[in-house]
Amino acid sequence: MEFITQHPVLVVSLVKIAVLLFIVMTALAYLTWFERKVVARIQSRWGPYYVGAHGLLQPLADGLKFLFKEDMTPPTSDKFTYTIAPFLALALALTAIALIPFGPPSVQILGQPVFMISNLDIGLLFLFAITSIGVYGVALAGWSSNSKYPLLGGLRSSAQMISYEVSLTLSVVGVLLIAGTLNFNDIISGQSGYYLHFIPRWHVIPQLVGFLCYITAAIAETNRIPFDLPEAETELVAGFHTEYSSFKFAMFFMAEYANMITVSCLATILFFGGWLSPFPDSWTGQVFLPGAGLVLLGMYCAWDTIINMRGIAQLQFAVVTMLCLVGGSICLMPWVRPVIQGPFWFTTKVIAFLFFYVWTRGTLPRFRYDQLMDFGWKLLLPVSLANLVVTSFVLVVPYLRHG
Amino acid sequence: MSVPFLVFFACAFLSVLGAVLLLVSWEPIHSALSLILVMMSLAVLYLLLGAEFIAAVQIIVYAGAIMVLFVFVIMLLNAGNEERTDWSKIAKVVGLPMAFFLLLLIARGLSRSVIGATIANGVGARSNAGVSTRDLSTALFRQYLFPFEATSILILIALLGAWILARKDD
Repeated sequence: MEFITQHPVLVVSLVKIAVLLFIVMTALAYLTWFERKVVARIQSRWGPYYVGAHGLLQPLADGLKFLFKEDMTPPTSDKFTYTIAPFLALALALTAIALIPFGPPSVQILGQPVFMISNLDIGLLFLFAITSIGVYGVALAGWSSNSKYPLLGGLRSSAQMISYEVSLTLSVVGVLLIAGTLNFNDIISGQSGYYLHFIPRWHVIPQLVGFLCYITAAIAETNRIPFDLPEAETELVAGFHTEYSSFKFAMFFMAEYANMITVSCLATILFFGGWLSPFPDSWTGQVFLPGAGLVLLGMYCAWDTIINMRGIAQLQFAVVTMLCLVGGSICLMPWVRPVIQGPFWFTTKVIAFLFFYVWTRGTLPRFRYDQLMDFGWKLLLPVSLANLVVTSFVLVVPYLRHG
Repeated sequence: MSVPFLVFFACAFLSVLGAVLLLVSWEPIHSALSLILVMMSLAVLYLLLGAEFIAAVQIIVYAGAIMVLFVFVIMLLNAGNEERTDWSKIAKVVGLPMAFFLLLLIARGLSRSVIGATIANGVGARSNAGVSTRDLSTALFRQYLFPFEATSILILIALLGAWILARKDD
């Protein structure tokens, strides 16, 4: 107890890291479930259905399968590099999430903000520093496997990530010019307020072009369809991770999903007001939204349990129902209501972005390689540069007029 | 021993280790990886000195851009192990003592100079006592605007020169 009061930063940070790691790992697992379900719905299928009610235990089964599979290392591979590549990919992807603020800094325990692990002055710059070295995981995996397809996949993905990183960074500079800071919390606080009393002052409105550039570059940066040439299975078997099996393969998968979450969080922070509510403060009823939403979900689950489920699935889904109803009631408690607001809006926006990701995957075909490079260098880069020039010009005009 | 000092010695050790590995490893990719290790430990050293911006830029520019290009080119050429000639005699007899002497000279110079003292005292300084990004940009775009712009034009000229040299004649 004494130790806790003496070192609040250390203890609270460690607890926050443990909790966030648990949440992120669960989120990664269920993101695969979410993706498979949504893509299945787009393609008029059911998706995972047999392991658990609505396939809810499928991520667990997949994880166990990965754990118990044989971990093979190709004899001609470069052992050291082959082993560290997946660790590098996952570790960097998870480190980036430590910089994200999930709620306002005003919610504190022992004088430490609860919803963020670190509040750096150069948060955005540091995030870019981490994502810029994220390419090593993929490149080294491709090289160290010492085989044709991984090498080609690794080369493609390095080229792609280098090309699109330029546009990704440039598309964000417009927001930085408006916000005037690199600190995530200050960027979010700068977006409070409303146009015409009801349209939130999010950066997406003045920076629509920047946002479109960002989201395109972000999809390319995370190697997702329609930019998933590094792992185009019709051309390259599985790209850079062809030779990987067992949990090392799973680590690449987790890294990809963690990167998806990071870029979605960044889009939310920079363009969509982070943890700010989209509704004006004058509507006081919005504090009930998170709880009410969960309770409604619980009621839908209850209906589904009673009408559609049979046998063990009915029991499993009854547990889900109970979780939703209890969670919803907790969110409705008077002292929880204001605390849960920030994280609620943040996660809602991030989930919307993740849905958008899966949606593009379900609907768009893959680019050809030359199209990909032409698009990145000849369209995306000039447009984001023009956006930067126009934004800075608009920001400077008032100074010019008044000398 | 405070925590910053422990971190300092760990990173100093890692950067020297990376530099040695860079020289002795046979595989070009391993050399590149060692150089990345050096860059990253240097970034941590900058952080210890309270220079957040420089640390982030160090990672973005060196580890994230230049070294990625190195690795990319090595992969693209699929370069094999490097071939070594025997050490020349003159390198053994004169080179090694000279290198050692140079190191001693630098160490002596640093230990007596103002920079050395500042760095030694700066280790473990609180990061908020360091220079903020805003201060840095004010200095760059007000006080040192001309040298800054001149440097950027110089780099642009170098880029164009490389492009002209590399393009095919037609």
